[in-house]
Parts: sequence; structure tokens; C-alpha cells
Amino acid sequence: MTALLETIGLQKAFGAVIAASDISVAVQRGQTLGLIGNNGAGKTTFINIVTGHLKPDAGRVMLDGKDITGLAPRQVRRDGVSRSFQIPQVFTGLTLDQNLLLALAILRKEGMSSWQPARSDVRTAELDDLLGRFRLRPYREQTIAALPGGVRKLVDVAMAVTHQPKLLLLDEPTSGVAVEEKFPLMDVIMRAIEGTETTVLFVEHDMDIVGRYADRVLAFSAGRIIADGEPAAVLSNEEVQRYVTGGAA
Amino acid sequence: MAGIVRTLAAAVIACAALALAGFVIPNWLVLVATLAFSKGLVALGIVALMRGGLVSFGQGTFYCAGAYAAGMAMRSFGIGDAALLVALGAIAGLILGIIIAPLLAGYRGIFFATLTLALSMIVYGILNKTYSLGGSDGLNLHAPSFFGYHPARSQNASYALFLFTSLVTVIAAALCRIHFDSVRGLLSHAARDNEIRVEYLGASVRWINGINFVIAAVLGGVGGALSALSLGHIDPDFAFWTTSGEFVFLAILSGYVSVTAVFVAAILLELVRSYSSQYFPNTWQGALGVFLLLIILFLPGGLGSLALRLRPRGAKPARAPAENPNDRAP
Repeated sequence: MTALLETIGLQKAFGAVIAASDISVAVQRGQTLGLIGNNGAGKTTFINIVTGHLKPDAGRVMLDGKDITGLAPRQVRRDGVSRSFQIPQVFTGLTLDQNLLLALAILRKEGMSSWQPARSDVRTAELDDLLGRFRLRPYREQTIAALPGGVRKLVDVAMAVTHQPKLLLLDEPTSGVAVEEKFPLMDVIMRAIEGTETTVLFVEHDMDIVGRYADRVLAFSAGRIIADGEPAAVLSNEEVQRYVTGGAA
Repeated sequence: MAGIVRTLAAAVIACAALALAGFVIPNWLVLVATLAFSKGLVALGIVALMRGGLVSFGQGTFYCAGAYAAGMAMRSFGIGDAALLVALGAIAGLILGIIIAPLLAGYRGIFFATLTLALSMIVYGILNKTYSLGGSDGLNLHAPSFFGYHPARSQNASYALFLFTSLVTVIAAALCRIHFDSVRGLLSHAARDNEIRVEYLGASVRWINGINFVIAAVLGGVGGALSALSLGHIDPDFAFWTTSGEFVFLAILSGYVSVTAVFVAAILLELVRSYSSQYFPNTWQGALGVFLLLIILFLPGGLGSLALRLRPRGAKPARAPAENPNDRAP
């Protein structure tokens, strides 16, 4: 069976810093992968390459058997890849409603209409469903700039899932969120995409989160993958404990 | 669609009100308002760009192109109908806009502003040395006709031109309002906020900015043609940097929230200029500077932001937030 995502020998360097060194990974449909590693290990670089934000120096990215290496983010999105960001990339000057309405309008290829108003009956129904799934209804009329960080994270993810992506990449979805809110936040995200066929890759520093939500873990260090497998096996790996978790597992 | 109907209804009312006002106000004010609306259209183009996060310091290029297109059509081909001349001005702006937009759509901030300024100064330089287009003296134009109507008296001609300019202005303003409220309009606003997310949603920021640029170019061409008819004279100063600066001044004065504010600002600016030059003939530019300073200090969002400020505080949102605690994100 063809892997949903396959990277072959990805290489990326920023000057003398090696951010990706021969990264070859195959991700099967329906998996939930946790990406772990210390700062600068190459996790975000990997996501940036897969989503078209960065072009690799060498190597290929295959999605469903199609070569998407070096395609622009909007082209990669059309092929079914979406992402959220460590620092939520939302429209801070617009309301929460407007943020999601825009995402829905572009999904329906109405993004270039100079006539269709942003709010329509069909989109309002879809918007309501999205707000419900992400528990965002109480904030819908508020400007993003006025919302707390955790809610912005959810908006960022909600915008990413509007087109029901085949592959969803979440870059540190719980970073900057209070410890007691991390699990509830991840619960909301995972429940919101429950029942879809979305394959999820998430970058995370909290090993408890990784242990609970991932069914496979990739451990990065110095631009290389040093371990790949089930969470328990990876988190107990000696090299992972030395370079990533510091013996926390 | 309710928003579009509301905008069109407001446009019809505005047309009627302006037609009536033209009868009541003195002739000098009719002339001031005609010129103000013409310039306001160019500034409206800058507002369209500002909503996407760009400011053009070279709208004089399109203002000048529209004016010269109308002027040359009148002098070389004997076209005297205002509607045709303004359409030619729009086409001139459109063609130039389509040519230039792809070259500039990738630039942002000061680079975009400087490149547009440079383009306008190139046009200015060329026109100054093109003697077939009147060189630095420019060209004089005669009074236009209006759908076959040739006003006999100058007062009638002023009123007819005011009426025609008002009609064009209201149509352009209504179309811009509809555009600003549309998905694309909101997307421009979003691109100003966060280009990365726009791209990751599947839209092209380059394309959005390019379209906004062409819209601004067409509005510049229309404004230029109307100004040429209003002044009865065109010269290379239409493309000079101070002319472009005046349009930016207008856009800052109005802000990018309200379309109506652009034309209110244009009339206000023309009035300040007229009164300043009458009462402080040697220092009126200083008075204009003080006026701009006061606006930036006390109304940084422009006149259009007054509407937002005057909105009652603590107004309830249209839909009350859900009370169910399970509806609230952690």
C-alpha cells in the first residue's frame, strides 16, 4: 500500500547548521505521529519542508504517490496538506467568525469573488458546525487580538481543518498554554477531527501528551531521526533519553 | 445579499441628494465638490490598496494617464461626450494597471511605495519632453457634452459636470463598498494582517495585491479624466510626486474603513485649501500641514474611524454567546 506521506533523503542546511539530514519517513493513512526533539532538532524544518514553506536542498516529498517537493504552500494545501503554527497564524484584526468564514469561502473557491458577501447561509451553517466542534462559540464575535493564547491556537487549527485535509501537521499545539489546559486543548483538537480520515503529525515537548495521543513517535536530534516507533519504545530508547527527554520517560 | 441591496439603495439616495445639493449650494462650491470627487476617486484606489497593506505614492501615473487619454481623445478625435471620455480614462488606467501590476505585486512596504513613485516620475519626465502632448505647458480642453446635451451657460455646464461626476463617484463608491464587503475584500484585509495564513488557506497574496492594484489604476484613470474635464487643462503635473502625495494625504485623512469618508475628506481638504489660500495666502501650505498633523494625532484611523468611535460602547453582539460551559474552549 502507498504511504500517504513519504519523504526520501531530505536535506536542509542553514549555513553551517544542519536542520535536516537524510530524513526518510513513510507515514501510513490514519496514523497519529508525535514529533519530539530538543530545540533546533529539525522538527519544524521537517514540517516546513512538507508544507512547502521551505524547499529542501535535496530529497523528495511524496504525498499519495505524487511528488510535491518545492510546491508553494497553497498548492500543497490543494493536494490535501494543512498545518497549524507554533505561533498561531491567524488574522488578528478580524473577528473569529471572519477568520473561519474566510477559510470556508476559500475552500468553496469563492475566495476571488468580488460580489459574494463573506457571510452566506451555507457558510453560516458550516461555520456554526466548526465553532461547535472546536468549542469556540462564546468567542465568535470577538477580534482575535482580544482572545487568549489557547483560543488562538484552536482558531489556528480550526482554520487548518476546514478543507478536511488528508494530512494535518500541528506545530506545538500546546506551547504557551497553561499546564492544566494542555490536555483539554488536545482533547478538543482530537475530538474535532475524530471521524475524519485525517492523518495527524504533531510536534510536542510534553511527553505525557505524546504518550497519550500519538500511536507512533519520531525523535529528532541535530537534523536526524534517532528513533521511530511506538511511543513506549521510543520514549524508553537510551539515545532519546540522552538527547531529547533527559531521562524523563 | 442584503448588504448589496442596502448599498445600492444608499447609492440611489446619495445620487438624489447630490443632485438636489447642486441646485442649492453656490456655484464655487459646485466646482470645489466636482474636483474633490474626482480626486476622491483616485484616493479611493489608494484605500483599496491600503486595505491590503500597500500604499502607492505614484497614483499620479494613472491620474495622468486617464487625463491625457480623455484630453487626446477630445483633441485628436473630436470626442466630446463626458461618458466616453471617462470610459477612455478608465481603459487607460486599466491597461497601464494590467501591465504594471505583475511587476509590483511582489513588493511590499517602502519598496512598493518607492517603485510606484519612480514610475510616476518617469511618466512626468516623458510628458515634459513630449511636445506633441503639449510638453510642460500641457493642453487645454473645451467643455464636454453629456449624453448629447451641450450646456449653453457656464453655470449649467458646471452643474451638469457636477451631476455627472457625482453619478460616476456614487457608482464607483457603491461598487467599492460591495467589493470591500465581499470575500475578496475581506481576503485583502486578511492579507494585510497575515500573508502566511492567506497562502496556507490556498489563496495567492500576489494575486490579491495585483487585483487591488488594477482596481486602483482604473479609479485613478477615471479620476484623472474627470479632473481634466473639470479643470479644462491637463499638464505633466498630473503625474508629479506632489500630486500623488496629495492622494496619499487624502487616503490617510479618510482612513480605510469607510468609502464615504474618502469623499468627505476630499471636500474637506479642498475647502481647507481654498480658505487657507484666501486668508493665509503666503502660508496656506503650513495651515494644510497643521491640519494633517491634527488628524494624525487625534484621528489616526482617519475620518472613517469616527463612525466606529461613535458606535455605542458595550453594544451587544448580534448573537449572544452560548451559555453551555461545554461550548467554551479550555
